[in-house]
Amino acid sequence: MLPSGNHPSKPVDDWPSSDLIGSDRSGLPRAGDEGDIDAVRAVLQEVPDPEVPVVSVVELGIVRDIEWLDGRLVVSVTPTYSGCPATEVIEQHIHEALVAAGYPDPLIQRRLSPAWTTDWLTEAGREKLRAYGIAPPVGSASKRSLVGQADPVVPCPLCGSEATERVSEFGSTACKALYRCRDCLEPFDYFKCL
Amino acid sequence: MHNVAQKTQTPLIAYLLRLGDSALVLGQRSAQLCGKAPALEEEMALMNVGLDLFGQARNWLTYAAELEGEGHDADHLAFRRDAQDFRNLLIVEQPNGDFADTMGRQFLFDAWHVHLLDGLTQSSDPRIAEVAAKSLKEATYHLRRSSEWVMRLGDGTEESHTRMQRALDNLWRFTGELTQFDEIDQAMFEAGIAPDPEILATRWKATVEEVLEEATLVRPSYDTWMYTGGKVGHHTEHLGFLLAEMQYLPRTYPDATVW
Ligand SMILES: [Zn+2]
Repeated sequence: MLPSGNHPSKPVDDWPSSDLIGSDRSGLPRAGDEGDIDAVRAVLQEVPDPEVPVVSVVELGIVRDIEWLDGRLVVSVTPTYSGCPATEVIEQHIHEALVAAGYPDPLIQRRLSPAWTTDWLTEAGREKLRAYGIAPPVGSASKRSLVGQADPVVPCPLCGSEATERVSEFGSTACKALYRCRDCLEPFDYFKCL
Repeated sequence: MHNVAQKTQTPLIAYLLRLGDSALVLGQRSAQLCGKAPALEEEMALMNVGLDLFGQARNWLTYAAELEGEGHDADHLAFRRDAQDFRNLLIVEQPNGDFADTMGRQFLFDAWHVHLLDGLTQSSDPRIAEVAAKSLKEATYHLRRSSEWVMRLGDGTEESHTRMQRALDNLWRFTGELTQFDEIDQAMFEAGIAPDPEILATRWKATVEEVLEEATLVRPSYDTWMYTGGKVGHHTEHLGFLLAEMQYLPRTYPDATVW
């Protein structure tokens, strides 16, 4: 055993803090035949997220890449949360949709890095969330300090009021927090920033 | 039965088991509160935190199983090992107790977890760095919630304050493992795989002190007697009961392919 690290006064603090903001904003598609990839993307545009069916997997920003590798269609998908129980279902739905659209043997790859961020939600996706009654993420994903940090103002998706309050950091799924509107008194889900 | 062959267990595999097992066991503790949480919102929060931890455990254990190269997967490591082969921290296997015990345990772990994951995002091992980057986003939310509860209970009613302080005092003897390190932690640091354990300890203490002060709680001494051994497989009696419940089904029906 090495000695314990109990040296509270020792000023050792020199590893760089990581930045939680994803820097990968490269759009799709990236490689291969432009026409074909647009067609594939159009197919995926119709595949709904199983937990928030009003947005597609493309609008959610979890389809990270569409490419042809040695004649095989490869779609890279990133999970929203490590333990998201919908991950396998989403991959299966993407596979089924592509097969039904005439791509016989697509490979669906899971990609962890860069980690998914709500910054990748498309504008159309945000608008659909709001119309569905889920407040879209406010601002950009960033690390927030623990104490004394105010919650962002989350406008009520039903009446637009900014007089809302957070009920719980976690809502009906891992990606949402639970809020309540003090004007129309309705509870609603907030798609939290990640 | 899975016997972790010590001879094939490199420091990296041992380190991955520590990461994966701590996430797995704490996730299981959260899951045990399914249907028993004090309020619906807390039920959802506990289950979501548990799910995040299970996902992280799967990522770490999948990597560990690949490095072992014996054809096993994460499920095999989770469900076919006995208590002495688990490498989780002692604090995560402690019972749920009352809500102050549950949130105190979560907070003391989260405060360590966030700083550890933050350091691991800089790992020289790209696989570890990417799993850590993903996990850090989740752990940051976990810490935010658990520290809010510690502050709310500590700075709440006389009853909640008393219970939160009692939980803290009870759990404190298991926090030595969060600040002490052994040859495996040191080897991982020297290989550039894991962050400097001394910096990790310093940051954990800073976060704990900040929150406890806000919570009007008295921080126990860092120099009290600490229980250690979880990281090398010496566990408290609670882990065996937890594993018996968690592993019962896959061990009873080892050949089942559909659940
Ligand atoms: Zn409203």
